[in-house]
Amino acid sequence: MIKVSNLHKYFGNNHVLKGIDLEVEKGTVVCIIGPSGSGKSTLLRCINLLETPSEGHVLIDGTDITDPKQNINALRTEVGMVFQRFNLFPHMTVLDNITLAPIKVRGMAEKDAQDLAKALLKRVGLADKADAYPKQLSGGQQQRVAIARALAMKPKYFLFDEPTSALDPELVGEVLDVMKSMALEGTTMVVVTHEMGFAREVADRVVFMDDGVILEDKPPEILFTRPENPRTKSFLDRVL
Amino acid sequence: MNFSLVSQYSGFLLRGAGLTIVMALGSIILGCLLGTVLGLMRVSSSKPLSLFSGAYLQIFRGTPMLLQIMFIFFAIPQIYNMMTGSFFNWKPEIAGIIALGMNSGAYIAEIIRAGIQGVDIGQTEASRALGLTQHQTMQLVILPQALRRVIPPLCNEFIVLLKDTSLISSIGAKELMYRSRSMGVTTYDFVSFLAGAAIVYFCLTFILTQASSWVERRLAVSD
Repeated sequence: MIKVSNLHKYFGNNHVLKGIDLEVEKGTVVCIIGPSGSGKSTLLRCINLLETPSEGHVLIDGTDITDPKQNINALRTEVGMVFQRFNLFPHMTVLDNITLAPIKVRGMAEKDAQDLAKALLKRVGLADKADAYPKQLSGGQQQRVAIARALAMKPKYFLFDEPTSALDPELVGEVLDVMKSMALEGTTMVVVTHEMGFAREVADRVVFMDDGVILEDKPPEILFTRPENPRTKSFLDRVL
Repeated sequence: MNFSLVSQYSGFLLRGAGLTIVMALGSIILGCLLGTVLGLMRVSSSKPLSLFSGAYLQIFRGTPMLLQIMFIFFAIPQIYNMMTGSFFNWKPEIAGIIALGMNSGAYIAEIIRAGIQGVDIGQTEASRALGLTQHQTMQLVILPQALRRVIPPLCNEFIVLLKDTSLISSIGAKELMYRSRSMGVTTYDFVSFLAGAAIVYFCLTFILTQASSWVERRLAVSD
């Protein structure tokens, strides 16, 4: 379980997260929605310490990752992350992008890692792209490779930071399909997204954030049809 | 003006060109080693290392190359003598290589720093999120990408270095500049000998430029 308690984050004098409490049970999908600048991505990045929380705690399976004595690298292997801008390694082939961390971090044999990578590429529908370089792929294909790269570490939790926001509209579907299949398999996912259709269909809970606080945290059928907070209402009116 | 004199003394001049190449190579190697270490120090999170590297750059960028060459050749042996009471002397070639190498180390450090910092921060984030250590991230993800970016400015630096070996003639290294000037003095035919030397320098830098664009093309294949 991921447990965030009383999380604050300042960038200089800018108070970006103002006391966030959030729990993500194993096997659930939590979508975080909200206007730009509401702190959604910062919250996500605090969960694997790409940002250091200014205050508060983040517990992953009971281990407090904000404790400076923790081995952050080991903890990060349990929390996979998919970025808005893919962040594939441009100097490596698709296959090498996927096998790098299993080999270097998990100590997996090269052959095993390659077999795993090929199986994952098949799963995301890119079996024929193993030897391609990222630049030769479309945005949607790159993002699917990035998902395969995260999957290869077999993390317990997945963080998605606006995974479809940098994609052309016609490429969004292929990435969401992969994410849906992961959700169906019971993968624990925290997804920051602007795809309300995806949130409504796949999420177990939808969290609405605005101005650094969580205003509502409800199952999608309730949040989307009967939002309580006026700010949730006006946000949903604008995006739906 | 008598270009046949140049061909008559071509062996003499080419031995000078040989020394020019050796000194350029020596200072390039020293400069790259120093520059890599200083460049990594510059981007490291350790304040003292970063400050040291910054101060080194300021000193070598802020004083003339010719002064640095003379300081190392004339002043270092004096300082050594003051401190230990014993004597030592550099060969001008060695002092020159050290001066040029230390000087270009400062510039190469800046090139390497810019190359590393020019790699998108998302690359570091993706690596760290996968559990790679800071060291692995640098070695496997950042440096290979930085390498491509630094080749054009590095080549530029190598060309500057090659031409600046001519300054070492001022402390008596018998390289191309020294020999063509002394032949000019001897024969009163400065035009032929200086033009001859210019052609050799030009050919050498031209080869360097071509080699650099070849390497750049090779590395760009996957990009």
